[in-house]
Amino acid sequence: MALIDLSKREVHCKIVYYGPGRCGKTTNLLYIYNSMNSNAKGKLLTIETKGDRTLFFDLLPLNLGKINGFDIRIQLYTVPGQAIYEATRKLVLKGVDGLVFVADSLRVRRKKNIESLNDLKANLKEYNLDINSLPLVIQYNKRDLVKSPIPTLSIEELEEDLNSELQVKTFEAAATKGIGVFETLKDISKKTVRYVANKHLLNPKKQMEKVL
Amino acid sequence: MADLVLTGPALEKAKSQINEALIEAGVHTALLIDQAGNVVASCGKNRKDLDVTSLAALAAANFGATSQMAKLIGEDDFSLLFHKGKRDSIHFAKVGDELILVTIFGDDVSLGLVRLRVAELTNSIDKIFGQGN
Repeated sequence: MALIDLSKREVHCKIVYYGPGRCGKTTNLLYIYNSMNSNAKGKLLTIETKGDRTLFFDLLPLNLGKINGFDIRIQLYTVPGQAIYEATRKLVLKGVDGLVFVADSLRVRRKKNIESLNDLKANLKEYNLDINSLPLVIQYNKRDLVKSPIPTLSIEELEEDLNSELQVKTFEAAATKGIGVFETLKDISKKTVRYVANKHLLNPKKQMEKVL
Repeated sequence: MADLVLTGPALEKAKSQINEALIEAGVHTALLIDQAGNVVASCGKNRKDLDVTSLAALAAANFGATSQMAKLIGEDDFSLLFHKGKRDSIHFAKVGDELILVTIFGDDVSLGLVRLRVAELTNSIDKIFGQGN
C-alpha cells in the first residue's frame, strides 16, 4: 500500500526482499546501506537473532529524488527466510508495492528456493494480491561461488525452477561483493515507482476528484 | 488493502485534533501511522533522537504480531496496547482498519487520561479519513 501525502508532496513505497533463509537478503540491504550517500538513506534497522538470522525484518529507508514534483521515498524491507517464521513473513508483506525475490545459487538450496517462492505466492494471495500484477524482479545471488568447488545451480536451472511461469527480469549477483545489488535495486525501484505513479500521480485530476 | 492518499485538509484536521486532545494534555509525541509502517502524521515535540521511521515500522509490526497472538487465543485482534517504561510509556490504538495511533507520554500524564482521549480521537480520526475514500 503506497502512501501518498498530497500536503507534503511525498510518495512512500514499500519494497520487500523475499527469499529462503541465508540467501543474502540482509546482505543486499547492508551493501546498499554502506554504499549510499548519507543524505539519501535513513537508519538501517535490523531485528535479528544471536546467530545473525533475521528475526523479524530489516528496514532501510531511501530517498530517491523527485518525480512530477513528488518526493519519492522508498522503504526496503527484508523478511526472515527460515520456514518457521511464516507468520512474521506475512506481516512484513502487508502493504507491499514491489518485490525482489532473492534466490540462492547453491545446489543444496534448490528445494528451498522453490518452497520460498510458493510461500510468497500463497502469502500474497491472502492479501488478495497476485504475484503477476505486482512489480517483481528475481536476483540469483551467490554467483561468485560458481567458480568455487561448491556445487551450484546453473542459470538455466534457476530459470526453469523459478522464472518459467513468471517471466520477469532477473539479475545475477554476489551480494557480499556488491555485484548486481544496485542493478537489482534500480530496476525494482523504477518498476515500483512506475506502478504507483500509474495508479495515482499521472492522473492527478482524476485522483483529486476521487479524494475530494 | 487500498492505497492511502492523504489530502492536505484531512491531514491538517487530524493533526489539529491530535494536538488538541493529546499534546495539550501533556503527551510528548503522537504518531499516526498506517499498518504498513508509514508515518501519516507526527505531532508534538520532534525530538531529534527519536527515529520516527523505525518507530513506525516497529509499531506496525508489533501491532501485527499481537493481532496474530490474539487470533491464536480466539480474539480478532487487540485494539489497544500499552508498554510501560521507567520514564516514558507508549500506548497504541487502532484507528479504523488501516491506521494506528501511537502515543508516547511521560509519567506525569495518567494512563487513564490518555486512554480516554485516545478513545475519543480514534472515532473522530477514523471519520476524517473514512470520508476521503
